[in-house]
Amino acid sequence: MTTTTVDHAPLPETNPTSGGRNYINDEYGVLSWLLTRDHKRIAILYLFSVTIFFVVGGIFAFLMRLELLTPEGDMFTSDTYNKLFTLHGVVMIFFFLIPAIPAVFGNFLLPIMLGAKDLAFPRLNLLSWYIYMIGGTFGVIVIITGGVDTGWTFYTPFSTQYSNTKVFATTLGAFITGFSSILTGLNFLVTTHRMRAPGLTWFRLPLFVWSMYATSVVIMLATPVLAITLVLLMIERALGVGIFDPALGGDPVLYQHLFWFYSHPAVYIMILPGMAIISECVAAFTRKKIFGYKFVAFSSLAIAFLGFLVWAHHMFVAGISIYAAMVFSFITMLVAVPSAIKVFNWTATMYKASVSWQTPMLYVLGFIGLFTIGGVTGLFLGALGVDVHVHDSYFVVAHFHYIMVGGTIMAYMAGIHYWWPKITGRMYPEWWARLSALLVFVGFNLTFFPQFLVGYVGMPRRYHAYAPEFQVLNVLSTAGATILAAGYLLPMIYLFWSLKFGRKAGTNPWGAVGLEWATTSPPPKENFHETPVVTWEAYDYPAFLKAMKETQNV
Amino acid sequence: MNDFPLFPEQASSVSPLVDGLYLGLVVVTGAVSLLIWLAIFYLAIKYRRRPDNELAQEQEPPMALEMTWTIIPTIIFIGIFIAGAWVFFRMQRVPANALEIYATGRQWMWKFQHPTGQREINTLHVPVGRAVKITHASEDVIHSLWFPSFRVKADVLPNRFRTMWFQATKTGTFHIFCAEYCGTLHSGMIGSVIVMEPTEYQRWLAGGTEGSLASQGEQLFAKYACNTCHMDVAGARGPQLAGLYGITRPLVGGGSVLADDQYLRESILDPTAKVAAGFQPIMPTFQGQVSEDDLIRLLAYVKSVPIPSTAAPATASTGPGAVPPVTATAASVPPAAQ
Repeated sequence: MTTTTVDHAPLPETNPTSGGRNYINDEYGVLSWLLTRDHKRIAILYLFSVTIFFVVGGIFAFLMRLELLTPEGDMFTSDTYNKLFTLHGVVMIFFFLIPAIPAVFGNFLLPIMLGAKDLAFPRLNLLSWYIYMIGGTFGVIVIITGGVDTGWTFYTPFSTQYSNTKVFATTLGAFITGFSSILTGLNFLVTTHRMRAPGLTWFRLPLFVWSMYATSVVIMLATPVLAITLVLLMIERALGVGIFDPALGGDPVLYQHLFWFYSHPAVYIMILPGMAIISECVAAFTRKKIFGYKFVAFSSLAIAFLGFLVWAHHMFVAGISIYAAMVFSFITMLVAVPSAIKVFNWTATMYKASVSWQTPMLYVLGFIGLFTIGGVTGLFLGALGVDVHVHDSYFVVAHFHYIMVGGTIMAYMAGIHYWWPKITGRMYPEWWARLSALLVFVGFNLTFFPQFLVGYVGMPRRYHAYAPEFQVLNVLSTAGATILAAGYLLPMIYLFWSLKFGRKAGTNPWGAVGLEWATTSPPPKENFHETPVVTWEAYDYPAFLKAMKETQNV
Repeated sequence: MNDFPLFPEQASSVSPLVDGLYLGLVVVTGAVSLLIWLAIFYLAIKYRRRPDNELAQEQEPPMALEMTWTIIPTIIFIGIFIAGAWVFFRMQRVPANALEIYATGRQWMWKFQHPTGQREINTLHVPVGRAVKITHASEDVIHSLWFPSFRVKADVLPNRFRTMWFQATKTGTFHIFCAEYCGTLHSGMIGSVIVMEPTEYQRWLAGGTEGSLASQGEQLFAKYACNTCHMDVAGARGPQLAGLYGITRPLVGGGSVLADDQYLRESILDPTAKVAAGFQPIMPTFQGQVSEDDLIRLLAYVKSVPIPSTAAPATASTGPGAVPPVTATAASVPPAAQ
């Protein structure tokens, strides 16, 4: 209880015991969960919800890969296939990738990292989960009642005038879910500004908080634009008011501008939280302060800012002027710089470090490698001359899966393993976890690397049937998807198993610096028994490890 | 290795440029990625946690190092931008005297029309070694016309003419794909471009046809009664069409517009959108009455109307010459000019 008087992060041994009470066993009953205002319980609600959507989206993906084993469209009808890739995109993006890390890890950890008892607006936080579930219900209704076939991008005039599937319900679901994101972002912003513990200055914040902060800014500024765009789309589809359909006097390219004004920043809504987790894990598993802390922190803000100025790089062949294309290509090159800075700093942190090879770190190393490939292939797409050829080909599909699966989901997996002991109080089985990390890495590369190649050769995306010369690469891709699926199934099994049979985790199983490791596992309802006073810098491992060594020697 | 290609065939003048840029990027970014991967492996192994390496050694990041890996990537990225933009300009600027072909996309087929009147579906014959300019529009949703072997692609928009071009460098049959998702049979909206020797192409052109596009357009011009207003006489209710294409027209209410394909299209379908100076907005709309195919024929006719010998040639922005300003409308000009 004497954490207030030392100049290093609290040691495991000096932590208070909670007398067996924690946020999980504090109250019992379904209602105590469904009406909770505890940010940690809301995080668990999200964890269940997003996992279900991840499984659903994954099944759609796997069915697509099976169809693509042969050039002929012989497993599903074209309409079914078109619905599969649409639902895969809609579910994975709107109901998994965008909410996953902020709503699960941000909710659970942000208040604890700030030394706060909860988020600024706990009721709003619960409301945002309900809004998410209402939006998700629309998604489920669409899936059950026949699906939607527009692609997750809902391009007009196809979506407003030509598709006879459930476009309205799908866009309404995405529209509603957006408000969940907005409320979460608002909550994070206010909490970060107003509820930091005494002594926790901005530059003592963990980089996780910086990244979440940048994410929240993007969410708050971009998501309303998506909401407006989808409303306009629904108006045109339902009422026939001409906005995007040229037959009614509208402009279909306008839709693309509006859509990508949200959806490009949305890429950063998906990857910035991943970077948040990576920064935490790199520090914890190298026992070092992140190399170039301020560069990494400000690069998050730079990404958030520049991410708003590159939307039309999705539209180089869509009918914008040559000069507009030049401007957007140029800014696209600039937005790559802060990402490169992060990669270099994470890598350099390992220099003269004590690198642990535990599972979260394996996922981190995978993330850095895959995110690098995803990033540099973004340069191919940003380069105008190459983009004209590879736009809307499998090259693009491969590129954004390297960012979103190789980046965001690898980070999500790292986070799950890193904070699992804190969230549940139990350790996962290390051997199985390492195996799953290996399977995910191998399976991922085998799935998506061939797609770069087949894209350049000329295979367009969203093709149910394809030319025979593309088959070899597609078979490789499907084989990889099988391995990847196994890699994702394993953790679902052993993490569930560990809830009962896992070794009990202490307060700080990793010997990590951070306020979340200063409280018990699982944390008590109020997070800390006594408001912590922060006197140390973020990731101050030297002082922490020195103090730990001394207590061991005593 | 025919069933495992890594490149589509190089069959157009820009293909080597795009492939060169692509390979250059593969080398540069591949080298950087490889360095990062090697660094990760090296550091993760060399500094792995062992009993004698439980504590990390702190070091303050040297500012010079941070600046180095900020500035060098910035320079490389800007270099990539310049190279990409240079190739892009070559792809976008249509050479003069290109062979003009019209393309129409619809769910789920490609239609091509040659100036000489031949029409094709999902097949396109072009001569080798000659620039081909394709003016395209969609009848329904957005499509995208992609010639992988030529490394060019352009979205095909409803109600809007856009252009793309290529110059085939090699004879043979190559893919045409629709690259923008367009509904049920999107993956069936494919075809072949057949690149022929010029002589062979001429022989192919000599095959059956209902007359040139322009002459077909001339018949439509009479059928839609355009010629009742667009007559080759001063004071006609509609502007004359002779010499109209490609000049800058002053508009009612100020401003001016370049009389290109898109302007002519709009003037037929939505005549009051841009009314030429000196005329009344009296022309009825032809939206929904003229099909995309007929529109292309009418345009071909308007573009082909010769300048009467008595009239001064039209210049950029109409002078006080004999040619009255042309309005936003279809064609004028007497069918029997000359």
